[in-house]
Parts: sequence; structure tokens; C-alpha cells
Amino acid sequence: MRLAEHRYSSVSAIRGPLLFLDRAFAARLGELVRIETPDGRNLSGEVLKISGEQVLIQVFGGTQGLDTRNTTVSFTDAVMRVPLGAGVLGRVFDGSFRPRDGLPMFIPEFRMPVLGAPINPVARAHPVEFIETGFSTIDGLNTLVKGQKLPIFSCSGLPAREMTDQILRQARLTDGGNFVLVFVALGLTHFEYQFYQQTLEHMQSRFVCFINLADDPVVERLLAPRLALTVAEDMAFRQEMDVLVIITDMTNYCDALREISTAREELPGRRGYPGHMYSDLASLYERAGRIHNRKGSVTLLPTVTMPEDDITHPIPDLTGYITEGQIVLSRELHQKGIYPPVDVLPSLSRLMQHGIGKGQTRKDHRDLANHLYRTYAKGCDLRRLEAVVGRDGMLAEDRLLLDFADRFETDFVHQGKLRRTIDDTLDTAQRLLDEFREVTR
Amino acid sequence: MNGMVTRISGATVCVDLPDLKIGDRVFVGVSRLTGEVVRLEGRIATVQVFEDNRGLGIGEPVTTAQGPLTVRLGPGLLGGVFDGLQRPLYKLQEDSGDFISSGQDPFPLDCSRSWDFSTECTVGATLKTGEPFGKVREGHIDHLLLSTRDGTLAQVNTGKLQLENPAAHFEDGQPLLGWHSWPVRKARPVRRKLPPVTPLVTGQRCLDFLFPMLKGGVSIVPGGFGTGKTVLEQTIAKFADVDVVVYVGCGERGNEMAGLLDEFSELQDPRSDRPLMERTIIVANTSNMPVAARESSIFTAVTMAEYYRDMGLNVLFLADSLSRWAEALREISAALEEMPGEDGYPTYLGSRLSGFIERAGVVETLSGTSGSLSMILAVSPPGADFAEPVTQACLRVAGALYMLDTQLAHRRHFPAINWTHSYSLYSDTAMAHFTEQHGEWARLQSRCRDILQREEALREVAEVVGMEGLQDADRLLMRTAEKIRLDFLCQNSFTDDAYATPKNTLEQITTLIAEHERINTGLKEGALLDDLLMEDANASG
Ligand SMILES: Nc1ncnc2c1ncn2[C@@H]1O[C@H](COP(=O)(O)OP(=O)(O)OP(=O)(O)O)[C@@H](O)[C@H]1O
Ligand SMILES: [Mg+2]
Repeated sequence: MRLAEHRYSSVSAIRGPLLFLDRAFAARLGELVRIETPDGRNLSGEVLKISGEQVLIQVFGGTQGLDTRNTTVSFTDAVMRVPLGAGVLGRVFDGSFRPRDGLPMFIPEFRMPVLGAPINPVARAHPVEFIETGFSTIDGLNTLVKGQKLPIFSCSGLPAREMTDQILRQARLTDGGNFVLVFVALGLTHFEYQFYQQTLEHMQSRFVCFINLADDPVVERLLAPRLALTVAEDMAFRQEMDVLVIITDMTNYCDALREISTAREELPGRRGYPGHMYSDLASLYERAGRIHNRKGSVTLLPTVTMPEDDITHPIPDLTGYITEGQIVLSRELHQKGIYPPVDVLPSLSRLMQHGIGKGQTRKDHRDLANHLYRTYAKGCDLRRLEAVVGRDGMLAEDRLLLDFADRFETDFVHQGKLRRTIDDTLDTAQRLLDEFREVTR
Repeated sequence: MNGMVTRISGATVCVDLPDLKIGDRVFVGVSRLTGEVVRLEGRIATVQVFEDNRGLGIGEPVTTAQGPLTVRLGPGLLGGVFDGLQRPLYKLQEDSGDFISSGQDPFPLDCSRSWDFSTECTVGATLKTGEPFGKVREGHIDHLLLSTRDGTLAQVNTGKLQLENPAAHFEDGQPLLGWHSWPVRKARPVRRKLPPVTPLVTGQRCLDFLFPMLKGGVSIVPGGFGTGKTVLEQTIAKFADVDVVVYVGCGERGNEMAGLLDEFSELQDPRSDRPLMERTIIVANTSNMPVAARESSIFTAVTMAEYYRDMGLNVLFLADSLSRWAEALREISAALEEMPGEDGYPTYLGSRLSGFIERAGVVETLSGTSGSLSMILAVSPPGADFAEPVTQACLRVAGALYMLDTQLAHRRHFPAINWTHSYSLYSDTAMAHFTEQHGEWARLQSRCRDILQREEALREVAEVVGMEGLQDADRLLMRTAEKIRLDFLCQNSFTDDAYATPKNTLEQITTLIAEHERINTGLKEGALLDDLLMEDANASG
């Protein structure tokens, strides 16, 4: 503890979101600083690096209007902490935790460090409980469970936004329970924001929002998900709620990371993204989970837009290496008018095994899912043959498989804006398979 | 002697403290965070801190541990779960809750537990370094306690032994304890290395039959995300015919570790009928735990593996994933502002890696018995492109390559081992062994390979002319190949089929190939394929 407040006006340089301070005494790594701008505004920042008496500070909220002469920096002797308490529910904040909904700030019950601490691996409980999203392709074939991290891999121009929006409205626990949504939007356009606002109005305070708009400070894009996850952890592990965190769009997060890494003159890795991007993304995604002997859970459903539709691009690639599966959207299905355009073949939920079947979803779930997947995959394989020899040149049974693949897409994958319960989904699956069995008899 | 912190840049910290050596362990700051000296310039040492160091300030005290980073070795490691610094995670949870906090350093072994110590050594016996001076029963193994020095015994205790109490005394009064420390980065000495000769049965048909592994061998498992590296490693951890398994979750998912722990504490080891956990040591340094500890995790783990090898046991070391280790090395190197090599990895990546992998092998231990340390290492190449530095560096030192194929994984062909590009240099040795025990392994293997290869060529033809356009013999080959792929090579880890004995493996492939040859003979005699298949189906009921 320092006795007196340390205030300095010895800013020596400002570069991008970074501020260099000279002759500063006894700074701490990760310490929160307050920055007063020449025109009297207040910003906050975080100590990144200390070399003797020189301190490197990352400024939250943009460095517009800062100078080296009249800017003052004061040290708070604390790492950045997130205000927590029941008051967060139903509120909309920006990437620095300022209210965005015109209401006054809630009264925090206490605060926790923004970066959190890793869950001890032996304290983790394996995810097993089903969360219903209302989409057949997810619930039926790539089931999401509490404590999982399952991203949606989209391409530009595909309706990931509509899907996110629908999940916000529809997601539920089939066994009841204390369910809360945390919605984090990063680099959102005003237009998109308006779109989501209507949804939020209907959600009756079972949510918390963090909105970072496209013209908001880039640094806050890195901060917003961490604020949200700290809030989510508190709701889950202290208040025993099941929290579903939806983040859109992680590609904007990664681009922000690259921008700031470049400003810090770090060595660029693949496509200019920093070498520590894997660890950085993991520090967010690994906050999902369940803990033995505690009721709540944190589940993550982020959207990732694959640049140039390329799944091997570093952003989807590293994400896939961290998350427990992926839901892949397909441009081809979208062009066929299918919504949601989920391509189930490359999609996978790795934790599905334990989350389905008797006591979770339905006894017949596993069999139906395996059957459906296998038959559709066969049909898709045959499409290539069809392209060469034509439909007429094919065996009768192969033609039936082709028909099945079409039916699967129009009847099972496609559901328009309709929500399907898990029973609806499994019944649809059963019907398709019965019909197929009928014709192939 | 006290020093102090002079510079902090993330987890890389400069301290002013004289007389340090590279590799020395230091305690940094008032919360005494563990760090390791990685560079020296005059009085100033650069230290890599292994724990979260937010809140650390300039001027905070630094002390030295007077030696390198070590692992504590003794009975009770089996069944343990540790982080990359060998901190016992259950103890850590007891002490500080469900989330990991910095500055904790509980002792990795349980000192309150008493062991039944028995020995044949008597007073006056002379011991050499590495020679056993007694044993305790740990789970299903006889845990030999090895002497850490040469000397003559002046006193020997038997009966109940607790780890901090001496088991014996040397003539010079020095005690001989049940445990000792060993520097993590230093390979434990052996008399000599021996060539690997015995198969390591994994229970995976595809591996045992086509690409067998040897005890003391090294294989790598590269594959893009979701291709089944983790499932394969964990399945092998369950079933491999070894005495001790050391599993390292290096920079991977927490939920996977939870799954592994759940499963291993429930499952029985089929060989000893005891919980699987009793033969397993887990090192878990998940992706969100400190990066420097991730780098050290594989060394911590391999030192424990060597320790059990030195008792004359067969030890299997599994790491998931070596790429995350290499990335940790890269992050540390970048923080030190070293000159980057290919893809930003430090230029010493290759030598560091081969130094590590060389710790595998069959050895004659210091006491003259033989033990083995085998490694099966997962690699996660970016974009599933195998032409990257980590995969390539591993390939240069590994004896077997189990290449996982994204296409196969998408078709749910698991384990998604690509049979064209994978190889095992141990194949001949292992096959000789299997042939001796179970019969004509080699002939079947080459027949099976041949069928799979010809299928590939035929498939291209079939894509143009359709299956209808193929001749009967080719259609039969396609049919058999499909059976081999689906019924034999595929092996679902989540069913009873997860493990196959070599005997079953051989029986299954024998049946498949025999059926093929029988129908093929029929075709040669002029019969039609469809008729023959019909006959066959009727015959089998
Ligand atoms: N042998 C197998 N039997 C059945 N399913 C399997 C098998 N191997 C893999 N799978 C399926 O593939 C999924 C992904 O496997 P796994 O988690 O091992 O991939 P990975 O290669 O470790 O991926 P990452 O690099 O992202 O960690 C599993 O969740 C499981 O559904
Ligand atoms: Mg894995």
C-alpha cells in the first residue's frame, strides 16, 4: 500500500493506445491508472510494462486529445476490478462498463479483478447438461451443454446475426433452472445495434449486455468480453445461475488484438496476428465451465466470421483448437434459401456424447443423430457422382439417398424463423428416417 | 542474499541479484512467485515468472532458491494431478479454493501418509547411486527407493515409513530419505541405452496392425483441430500395456482434464483390476494457466516418467499437445527479444525438442535392470498444414508418424489415421514379435495395405463410370476395402470396441481377407459377384 496518491504529469510519448510515462515511482504490473486529459475528461488505463522509472500504459477509451504536457496520470494501487452485484441484470453497458441504457450506474456489492483466475482443473465438473437453442441442427446433431464453448463459424453475408438474435430469444434449459444470457457485441455497427435492441427489449431483464460499437475505442473490444466473463463467473459460481454468454463477433476481437499488438511493436505471427493469440483467446474461452459442488455454469457461444470463407485462417483455426467443437455455416446452403444454413458435416459438438439420451434429452436421440448424419453424408458423397454421370446413370438406391439429402436440408436443417423444441427436432428426424426406410424397403 | 525487481514486462522480469546461474529458481516479489533465470547480464538476471504476476512492483524483493527448478520424486506420485511446476492440484484446491492463485507452493508428495518399507539391505551394505535400498508397495507396483549417492549403510529402518523420516543412514551420518529432488531439465542418468524390441500394444487395431509402436519408441500424432488427437491419446492412456502412464495436458482444455479425471477414477485397469488412476500421473497445465509453466510442464512430467523407468518399469509418456509447448517457448523467446527463426519460433526449437525426445528409450538403469520410456506426442499444426516447424522438427526424431486426416474426421472415420501417409519404423521389429506370438501378421499386413491402395485408384475410376461400370473383381475389392475401413480400421473409443487385443485384431483381419480371397476364387472360376455375395449371405444366416 502506498500512503500518498501518486500523480505524474511526465508523459513522454503517446503511440496508438499506448502512453509512456517517465520518472514514475513504484508502479505495479497490471495496475489501474486514472488519466486526466487536458480538457478535464477522465480515462482509465493499465500498466503493461515497467522499466526502472519508465512505465508503459495501455489507455482504455482512446488517446484522442491526450498530450505530453497537460495530461496527468495517477496510480490507484489496484488492478482493474469489475463492479458486481444483482444490479447488473437487465442492463446495457459499454466496453468500459459505463451504462449505455441511459440509467444510472447500479450500486456494486463488490468488485473482482477483470482477468479472473484459472479454474483449477481438478475443481472442474465435466459438462453434461443440455441447453436448448431451438435450432434442430444444433440441438439434434451438435448439442450444446452447460459449461461448453461452442462457436458459430460464419462467412461474411451469411445470417449469423439472425441466428444469434434467435438464440437470444429462444435459448432455454429444458429442466428449468436459473438461466441468464450475457450478450457481448464487439465492433457492432449502429445499424446492427438497432436490430438487437428490439430483441433485448423483449428479454425482461434475464440478460446483461456489453456493447462496443464500431466507432468505440478499439482497446475496449479487448476489455468488453473480460468484463462480461467476470460478471458471468460471478452470476454462475456465486449466484448459482446458468449463464449463456453470446459474443459477436470474435473476428473483430482478434483484429483489435492485432492492432494493439502492432502498436506495442510485438513480433507479428501468421497474417500479422500476434504469436500469443492462442493463449489470449484461451484466457477468454477457458472461463467457460462448471465447478464441482457449485450449481451454476458459464457456457460460451461466440460467432467467428471466417475471413475469405477460409476455415484455415488463423482466427477460426486457433478458435477451433480451443473450443469444444464448432457450428459451421455454409454459403451454398444459404444460396439454396436454407435457414439456418448449418453444414452439419464439418460441424461438431465434442461434448455432445454425455449431454444427450435418457435423462438429458431423449432415449432415442443418439441413434437418430447417428443415423441422420450417416445417411446424409452418404447422400452428399453421391452428389459428386451425380455431377459426373447424371441422375439417370445411378443405381435406384443411390437416387433415394440423393433425395434423402435434399429432404434433410429442406425439412430438418431448414426451419425458417420457427423455433423447434428438442422434441420437435427429434420427431422431425424420426419422420425423415421413417420415410426413407419406407421407400428403400 | 536479497535482490530486487528492476524491470517488469509481462511475465519476464529483470532482477538485480548477484551470483545466480542460468536455470536457477528464484522467488520474485513479496508473494514469492516462482521464477527461473533465463539470461544473465552482469548483476542483472532476466527471470521468467511461472505464475500470474499482476500486482508485482519495481523494487520488490527477490531471493534465490540456491539451485535449479526441481521435481520431487518419491512414492505417492501415482494417482497424482499436478500443474506444470509439479504443484499438487488437489492440495492447491484444498488450500486456496476452486480458482488457482499465485504464490502457493505446497509439497507435491503426501508426507503424512505412511508406507510399508521393506528392504534386504543390512547395516554395512554398500550402495551405489541409483541402486535400490528397499521398496514400498504403491498401487500395483513395487516402488523401489533408489539411492541418491554412493555409501555404506550404518543404520536401516523398516516398517512404517513416512517420507520426511529417514529410511536409513549412511556411515557419515547422512540420512537416506524416501524421496529426493531432481532438476527438471536434466535427464536422469542411465548406464546405457538399448534398442527398443518389444511391441507396445495400444489396443488400436489401426496402430497395432499397420503402424505398430515399440516400448521405448517415440511416435507423433499431428492433426488439425477435431481430428481426434486427444481422444486417441486418452484411449491409449487407458489401454496401453505398460506399468505407468504419465499424461500431460499441455496448454489444452480444462474440460478435457475434467473428463479424463472422471473417467480414470471410475475405470479399472484390465490388467491389475485396480482403478486406472493408480497407474497414472497427470500433469495439467491448461491453456489459460501461465505460459512459462506450460513450457516447463513437459520436463516436469518426463522427469517423473524417468523416475519410474529407473525402477525397471515400462512407462508411457503422452503429451497433448507439443505444439502448445513450442508456442510457449516462442512466447518466452519473443519476450526476451531474441532473434526469431521460422514462423517466429526461436532457432533453438529443434535442438530443444530433440533434447527432450531423446529422453525416451529403452535403458539399462544404474542398477542394471532394464526399463523403458515411450512417448506418443500430439502435435497441432496451424491450419492442419504439416509443413510447419513443429511437425517437421518432431518428424526428424520420431520413429512413427500417426497422421490424422481432417477429411477422415469429417466423415467420422475414427481414429482418423491416414493409412497412406502414416508410417512406423518399428514395424519390422514389432511384426516379427507379433508373428511369433499370433501368426502370419506380415502377410496380412501387406495384403491389407495393397487392398487399401488399390481402392484409392479404383475410386477415381468409379467416380467417372459409377460402381455399375466396374468389373466384378474390382467391385469386390471396393467392397472388401470398405469393410476393412469401416469394420476394422474404425474403432469408436466410446464403445466396447475401444480396445482390441492383438489376437482379436489378427482374427478379425484374417476373416475379412479370407472372405475376400474365397469370393475372388469364385469369380475366377466364372461365377458372378452378386450370386456369390448372395450365397455368402445365406450361408452366414
Ligand atoms: N476414436 C474415436 N472414436 C469416436 N469418436 C472420436 C474418436 N476420435 C475422435 N472422435 C470424435 O472427434 C472429436 C474430436 O476429437 P479430439 O477432441 O480428440 O480432437 P483433437 O484432435 O484433440 O482436437 P484439438 O486439436 O482441437 O484438441 C471427439 O469429441 C469425438 O467426437
Ligand atoms: Mg485435443
